[in-house]
Amino acid sequence: MPDVIAADGTIRNDNWVVVARPAEGDSLDIPEGQPALIPADLWLAGYEHFTGRADIGVWFDSHDEPELLQGKVNELPLIAVNFPRFVDGRGYSIGRLLRERFGYAGEMRAIGDVLLDQLQFMKRCGFDSYVLRADKDITKAARCLNFFSETYQAAVDNDVPLFRRRAS
Amino acid sequence: MYVYDEHDRKIAAERVAQFRDQTERALAGELSEEEFLPLRLQNGLYVQRVAPMLRICVPYGMLRSEQLRRLARITRDYDKGYAHVTTRTNIQLNWPRIEDVPDILAELAEVEMHANQTSGNCIRNTTTDQFSGVQKDELADPRPYCEIIRQWSTFHPEFAFLPRKFKIAVNASEHTDRAAIQVHDIGLQMVRNEQGELGFRVHVGGGLGRTPMVGPTIREFLPELDLLTYLEAVVRVYNRYGRRDNKFKARIKILVKALSPATFAEKVEAEWQQIKDSPTRLTNEEINRVKAYFTEPAYDALEDATDLLSQQRFENREFDRWLTHNVAEHKKPGYAIVTLTLKKTGTPPGDVTDRQLEQIADLADEYSFGEARATHEQNMVLADVRQDRLFELWEAITGMGFATANLNTLTDMICCPGGDYCALANAKSLPVADAIQRQFDDLDYLYDLGPIDLNISGCMNACGHHHVGHIGILGVDKKGAEFYQVSLGGSSQHDANIGKILGPSFAREAMPNVVSKIIDVFVENRTEEETFLDTYRRVGLNPFKERVYA
Repeated sequence: MPDVIAADGTIRNDNWVVVARPAEGDSLDIPEGQPALIPADLWLAGYEHFTGRADIGVWFDSHDEPELLQGKVNELPLIAVNFPRFVDGRGYSIGRLLRERFGYAGEMRAIGDVLLDQLQFMKRCGFDSYVLRADKDITKAARCLNFFSETYQAAVDNDVPLFRRRAS
Repeated sequence: MYVYDEHDRKIAAERVAQFRDQTERALAGELSEEEFLPLRLQNGLYVQRVAPMLRICVPYGMLRSEQLRRLARITRDYDKGYAHVTTRTNIQLNWPRIEDVPDILAELAEVEMHANQTSGNCIRNTTTDQFSGVQKDELADPRPYCEIIRQWSTFHPEFAFLPRKFKIAVNASEHTDRAAIQVHDIGLQMVRNEQGELGFRVHVGGGLGRTPMVGPTIREFLPELDLLTYLEAVVRVYNRYGRRDNKFKARIKILVKALSPATFAEKVEAEWQQIKDSPTRLTNEEINRVKAYFTEPAYDALEDATDLLSQQRFENREFDRWLTHNVAEHKKPGYAIVTLTLKKTGTPPGDVTDRQLEQIADLADEYSFGEARATHEQNMVLADVRQDRLFELWEAITGMGFATANLNTLTDMICCPGGDYCALANAKSLPVADAIQRQFDDLDYLYDLGPIDLNISGCMNACGHHHVGHIGILGVDKKGAEFYQVSLGGSSQHDANIGKILGPSFAREAMPNVVSKIIDVFVENRTEEETFLDTYRRVGLNPFKERVYA
């Protein structure tokens, strides 16, 4: 796994690997001795086998429904959401739903076409780690995460909108 | 009018710094053209046919005189000395340099302006009636709600990459709809329920463009405190389920139609139930805080100047015409609403020079408590003019090109910049507008014809709102040549509907003649009380078709 950016912009390395959806008829190819993210529906299909394992997390694609794992999200050590193209904004809704509606408290990672100028939105929608697309300058991540010190609306990072803070 | 506090100022300043950084990275080649595209669009910056275009946001059309003066200075210092009022009440510059845009934004931020979300697949500038707060028949002033929506939608982290652009409009008048809410992605009509509580009727899925639709009602009554949570539910359902595979089927209207309005409403309702009591739910304190910025100016206690105006009308026929057509009734005795028309023949509809922007600023200071308003029909409004100073004002503006007394007539047309400027256009629209204005230069004849909305778009993106014109003109490309398709019977009022296409398209030179024939059929068929739209609705498309294609 490449470098991972944390919500505060610091960079660390970890070895989680994203396991692609197997072709029709093929079985899931989970590498030995390495923590792995597998498609969320396949995790559910193999629930007995996977639940409670610290080395198996899931990833959602942008068209997947996070409702799938309602009630089970906190059995997972890591959830990733794939942004297949940076202009595909469905992942932001998925992130908020996992956090705000299903109460996911663990690490949530943005993967795929993750660019510098999307990081601030991902952070506000509850993502706390990001795998930047390889050709982008990771040293600029901290700056791009922190352009704004104030926001109008509530989101995962601050569930109190500005108008309520103004009033207090 | 809304005034920034330290929070708004901080966000505006941080936005300028962010866009400067993004522009520098784009110019340094760190962002590809494709990657910079949505970033610059969300700042209103297009790369156009001949030069970039910058669309500056004018929230719900309101402008202070200092802002008008700053816009004038910017057009002079960074552009060619003129700007264009758009159908979303924004102001466009046609010739800025990309590398200057961060500096322009910094200048705008100093007077509490910006270009946020004036383009791109995000929530755009919320629009409303240009007579808000000064007309008699409104349930409440809609502008505080527009400002509340502006703040909620600004840099909304979940909705920055929607399937397609998203436009919201609010109307508060029971009898008119100057905001055309039923052709918006969300149209909010202020209503009172049986208990007398204030709220909104919610229309979703209206729009123009390639597939024009009138937005169905998905909720009859939404209490005002629930405004933001409900909007969030609608946009979330759209963000999750709107089509992303085909740009032409990505607007919310396609989703609403595919699911059916009833099923779409159920999905929104289910989502809303989950978030309706979240901290995003509005408070009376917040509504009152924002309302306090839209209180009445210090009106003088006056009576209507009826006798004086009658005498002035009698003495001056030109003033009489102007008063009849360009001045509207005000809720306060002794005051009037004046529309400054930007539709003088020979000038592209909605264009203003730097000098004119300064003149409007001076007029606003002298006659209207320092404020002016841009309208979606591409005019400007002075909303609070004393009746006993109307004659003086009229004399002042006659030489400035703002007194063309053609408001709401055939030549007060809505027209997009078209192929002269816009990279998307299939055809030019400005020469067609100009030719029609020249053909119909007799004001008495125009008055006799009564109210006619003639709207022109240079392509099917419909910035000129051609679908809802009583007469709509659409530029089309036929084997590389510019042609124009005509539709009749559209309306953006409470009785909103989409016009019907007359038949095969015409060459540009034929257009004034085609419009003349349409007008002739109306004149021959109308009864005494009928407007163009009434007659069209009674006799249908055929008599027009037969004459035009005879």
